[in-house]
Amino acid sequence: MRLRPYLLTLLFLLLAISLSIAIGSVFIPPSDLWRVLTGRPAQAVAQAAIIVLTLRLPRTALVALTGAALGGSGAAYQGVFRNPLADPYLIGVASGAGLGAVLAMSIQWPYTPAGLLAIPVAAFVGALLTVATVYLLARVGKTVPTTNLILAGVAVSAFATGLTSSLMLRSTGELRRALAWLLGGAAFAGWDPVLIVLPFVLLGLGTLLLSGHALNLLQFGDDQAAQMGLPVMRTKVIVLLAASLTTAAAVAFSGIIGFIGLILPHVMRMWFGPDYRRLLPLSAIGGAAALLVADVLARAVMAPQELPVGIITALFGVPFFLWVLRRAKNQGYW
Amino acid sequence: MLRIENLTVSYGPRRVLHSVSLDVQSGEVVALIGPNGAGKSTLVRVASGIVPAEVGIVRTNGDDLLTLPSMQRARHLAVVPQAVSMPAAFTVWETVLLGRTPYLNFLGQVSAADEAIACRALAKVDALELAGRRVGELSGGEQQRVLLARALAQATPILLLDEPTSNLDLHYQVSFMETIQALARQDDLAVLIALHDLNLAARFADRLVLLVDGEVKASGTPQQVLTPELISVAYNLPVQVVPHPFEDALLVLPASPASPRRR
Repeated sequence: MRLRPYLLTLLFLLLAISLSIAIGSVFIPPSDLWRVLTGRPAQAVAQAAIIVLTLRLPRTALVALTGAALGGSGAAYQGVFRNPLADPYLIGVASGAGLGAVLAMSIQWPYTPAGLLAIPVAAFVGALLTVATVYLLARVGKTVPTTNLILAGVAVSAFATGLTSSLMLRSTGELRRALAWLLGGAAFAGWDPVLIVLPFVLLGLGTLLLSGHALNLLQFGDDQAAQMGLPVMRTKVIVLLAASLTTAAAVAFSGIIGFIGLILPHVMRMWFGPDYRRLLPLSAIGGAAALLVADVLARAVMAPQELPVGIITALFGVPFFLWVLRRAKNQGYW
Repeated sequence: MLRIENLTVSYGPRRVLHSVSLDVQSGEVVALIGPNGAGKSTLVRVASGIVPAEVGIVRTNGDDLLTLPSMQRARHLAVVPQAVSMPAAFTVWETVLLGRTPYLNFLGQVSAADEAIACRALAKVDALELAGRRVGELSGGEQQRVLLARALAQATPILLLDEPTSNLDLHYQVSFMETIQALARQDDLAVLIALHDLNLAARFADRLVLLVDGEVKASGTPQQVLTPELISVAYNLPVQVVPHPFEDALLVLPASPASPRRR
């Protein structure tokens, strides 16, 4: 196994984590950070300790999980649809998850772990219903042509977004939180969202990380994959379920954040090759790191005002992606 | 060996294969010939479990391949598909190793033995020097050899090929068929190959099966099947069949569809 790609992306992630903990409306110098994290906060850094432990660390963890979920599920969607444009948004999964999450928020839920849990569960149900609807709409006999799938996805996605918007327009009270959520960002604080999302991400992303070989086979098309021994339909259903679970987890507390799921898998593919056994974990690690950096920028660019992180991922992610695309000398990287 | 019994297949209301039976012995190359739409590709797809059969059995040493799960079927039967687009960024080596899938766990971890088999498969099709290249950089002939190597890496007793020579130039057509013939003899493979080119079929196949409108119209040696009568009717085109001037084979010479049939 080649280790260099993993070392590089992990190094990037480590850097992003450090930045995310250190930078904010109050800068925490690395020396203080070290004391806090090693559990020896002196009197002088007590304030830093509170900031780090109750604000920065949970936020960093949530952002990292979200980024990993978006990067990993993005790679999986691109692989299972054999389409470089596929991402968690394309087939309507994210919009469906968003609708579910907003519905859950529009009910006057209490801000308790059980109340919070309703959001990812509703998001997952929304995501699954969307996938099922899109799948049924796109199906022709026993096959699901990719073009149909994408067209149905775009249509269903628009419908779900419309419903979400109309719910938001009636927003009062609690739904203000939903509005902040929709823009992507820290509408939720503390460790509860992290702990609630963690099992979803572990299960979904874990399943995806095991499907690398199957996705490699699928790159040759359904027929050849089956002839090489892959149970194609079962594999696709499992991968789509896992990717939707992962997306729902990401959307549940972080809102709709674009481009991470689309761009990270491409960047990793251009740098480290098309093997999905490598691509999936690298996209997850890279997604976590990239979203952390975007989140730091969102906090820092117009401090103390905070920008929605979705704006940052679009403003910085797209030019970066175009730059990488131009630099990719071999045209046939896909 | 491969034995197809009574295979009937429909796409919706349209029947594409009607009670087709044929067999291929180990060490033998059988060519499946017939006009466009006769059902050659469908037969390959059904036998490899991609298209379901209405009725019929695809047998190898007692097992019905159609009832086996895909993983087990892929240990009996490998397919070289018709010229297909392959994921350009994969290397030849990665591609051929995927042929070992039926023997791997779901993570696809390969052992040294798997690598040795993939290596031998590449050597058999004379493509070892391509191992590090990306599939997208290869010529059509090279890609076809890689697909053959991938099928050989599956280490199956049965090999199905669907129009493997349709995109190849004259040189590659002949050398590809020579490789196929040699593989059948040396490795005792049962080879069923769908072919458009009747002259390639005449020269390299031990037996021919003529498929027309989903039915077997004739089967036997090239001499038995490649008669002007059978071929003219099957392809709706007057033809002459003559001995090859310098090979031990027949040549089928088509005339213009409009020209009167000469005796």
